[in-house]
Amino acid sequence: MSVTTSKSADGNVINIRIQGRFDFSSHQEFRDAYENADDSVKEYLIDMSETTYLDSSALGMLLLLRDFAGGDSAKVTISNCNHDVKKILTISNFEQLFTIK
Amino acid sequence: MSCESLRILIADDNDSDRMILQAIVKRQGHQVVAARDGVEAIEKFKECTPQIVLMDALMPRMDGFEAAEVIKKLAGEELVPIIFLTSLTDAESLARCVDAGGDDFLSKPYNQIILQAKISAFNRMRIMHSTLQEQRDQIAENNEHLLQEQQVAKTVFDNVAHMGCLHARNIKHLLSPLSVFNGDVLLACQKPSGGMHVLLGDFTGHGLPAAIGAMPLAEIFYGMTNKGFNMTDVLREINQKLKNILPVGFFCCSCMIDLDFENQDIDIWIGGLPDAILYRTNGDVVKIKSNHLPLGVLSTERFNVDTYKFEMRPGDRFYMWSDGIIESRNEADDMFGESRLLELFQQNQSSEQLFGEIQSAVQQFIGDKEHDDDLTMVEIAMMPEHELGLEGSKVGKSALKGPTNWHFTYEMRNESLREFNALPLLMHVIMEVPGLRSFSGQVYTMLAELMSNALEHGVLGLDSKMKQTPAGFAAYYMARAEKLKEFNDGWIKIMVDHQPLEKGGVLAVRVEDSGEGFDYSDFNNRKLVRTGYSGRGIPLIGSLCRRLEYLGKGNIVEVEFVWRPE
Repeated sequence: MSVTTSKSADGNVINIRIQGRFDFSSHQEFRDAYENADDSVKEYLIDMSETTYLDSSALGMLLLLRDFAGGDSAKVTISNCNHDVKKILTISNFEQLFTIK
Repeated sequence: MSCESLRILIADDNDSDRMILQAIVKRQGHQVVAARDGVEAIEKFKECTPQIVLMDALMPRMDGFEAAEVIKKLAGEELVPIIFLTSLTDAESLARCVDAGGDDFLSKPYNQIILQAKISAFNRMRIMHSTLQEQRDQIAENNEHLLQEQQVAKTVFDNVAHMGCLHARNIKHLLSPLSVFNGDVLLACQKPSGGMHVLLGDFTGHGLPAAIGAMPLAEIFYGMTNKGFNMTDVLREINQKLKNILPVGFFCCSCMIDLDFENQDIDIWIGGLPDAILYRTNGDVVKIKSNHLPLGVLSTERFNVDTYKFEMRPGDRFYMWSDGIIESRNEADDMFGESRLLELFQQNQSSEQLFGEIQSAVQQFIGDKEHDDDLTMVEIAMMPEHELGLEGSKVGKSALKGPTNWHFTYEMRNESLREFNALPLLMHVIMEVPGLRSFSGQVYTMLAELMSNALEHGVLGLDSKMKQTPAGFAAYYMARAEKLKEFNDGWIKIMVDHQPLEKGGVLAVRVEDSGEGFDYSDFNNRKLVRTGYSGRGIPLIGSLCRRLEYLGKGNIVEVEFVWRPE
């Protein structure tokens, strides 16, 4: 499991890419990814194209990010989820809190 | 000059000549067998099997020429040099000696030095000859052995690589092996839930190295398809296996499809093979380009299983091929090429005939020239599943006999709990239930959440209320790591029970832990509280299961998952 980040040219969007299993073991890495970003970051893009699995603690981590990014005004997009991951996000009604593409 | 001791036959009717020669040869350290004429020479030869023969040309009863012919015949493949002893000097007589099988002449009177030189020269030749023959026999034996082994291996390979349902009525295929083994693999297998997987693979290289990779590929393909794994899982597994076992530079260009007869669509994954083609009944030609690296190149993390999905009407046909088709060359060394191939589609009048048209066009193009690559091509048509002619086919049936009515208990203690992830093991057992595989994601989530609750809140006694703030969230997982190292006398007992229903079944899981439990009255009353960043696991399980209930002092939880095949 690994977390990699990249930024858009204007520095406004940060792309956080999670590879492998997204569970409590990636907590620190995931948190570092957004907390260490510049203040210029306005938008968060979570790329889950290579995320194989997501557990309930990862749901907690996504909520942490959302609050860090401004709570209800946060712009967080979760993209490219596989079937299983999407199902877990849907069951937990996360589409009401995040933009899921 | 030292010389090994040889057995030498001397045949001469002249007593004194024979005695003299005998004395010389003996003095040089050899054993001598003497004969007075051709008949006796043959008898002595049979009796004593001498290694070199010195023979007078003219003798009574049977002369040297005749005796030489008989002796050469008797010697068979072994080289027994015959040196004629002669006072004859005319070329014609000497030629007769050679015709009779003689190897050299020695003129009377004898020169000891020349005699010695000739004996040792012929001895060297004799040894060389026999070494050569031993090696020849060895090579012949090895070769025969190799061919035998290849034959057996090919039988195994054919059994593995060409079983499945290639004989289904919607499949036409062409496999022409370049050597005993084919670098190309073509596999087809019905899915337990209906539908079909077909895979065409072209390994780098030909023959044995290519065939070796084909074996695990076929095993995984059939094994996983029969067990109901979906195409992307099968591809991931094959890729990982090939990546692990093949040397760098060896890989498998592949195209795999998942054909759904009910929804009439096709999923295509293609990596490293020439464009595949979807040929519609209205004449449309859809090219499908390879958008992945071949199997066995990328590590699992980087391996991508994106597929193309197309609607497929009855009568629509899908074509895939190894590069052997478009790269086949004619006498002038031109390639058949993609444009010639596409032309065939444009000229085609009846799609029923197309496969044969392509096959004969390629054959005509190549002419009598030898193939330089394996030619493999397959056509798969969409038709109603009951028309495939696969009823009663044995393939895949064995997998359907998996256990459906069972119960097991698995208890993990201390270090097993600390170090071992039991989920894959449990999943492995549970997924043997035929058909349940399609729900593996949900079953996994359910087990994973139950297990982590039992470990974190039960055995380790962590309170999820800690996770109410971002700082607390981090502290929680630090505490988890600490306590995991320290705890003693902890255990988690998992009981799993499966019972079949008419369709599908009920999977019941009971997880009990060594922890203190908790007041669960709110939980069982469905007053679920989600506070801060925690508390999402249980609702998640609750939404997947028919029943979720805490028991005892709160250290026992029972869930029931009901599943029905799609």
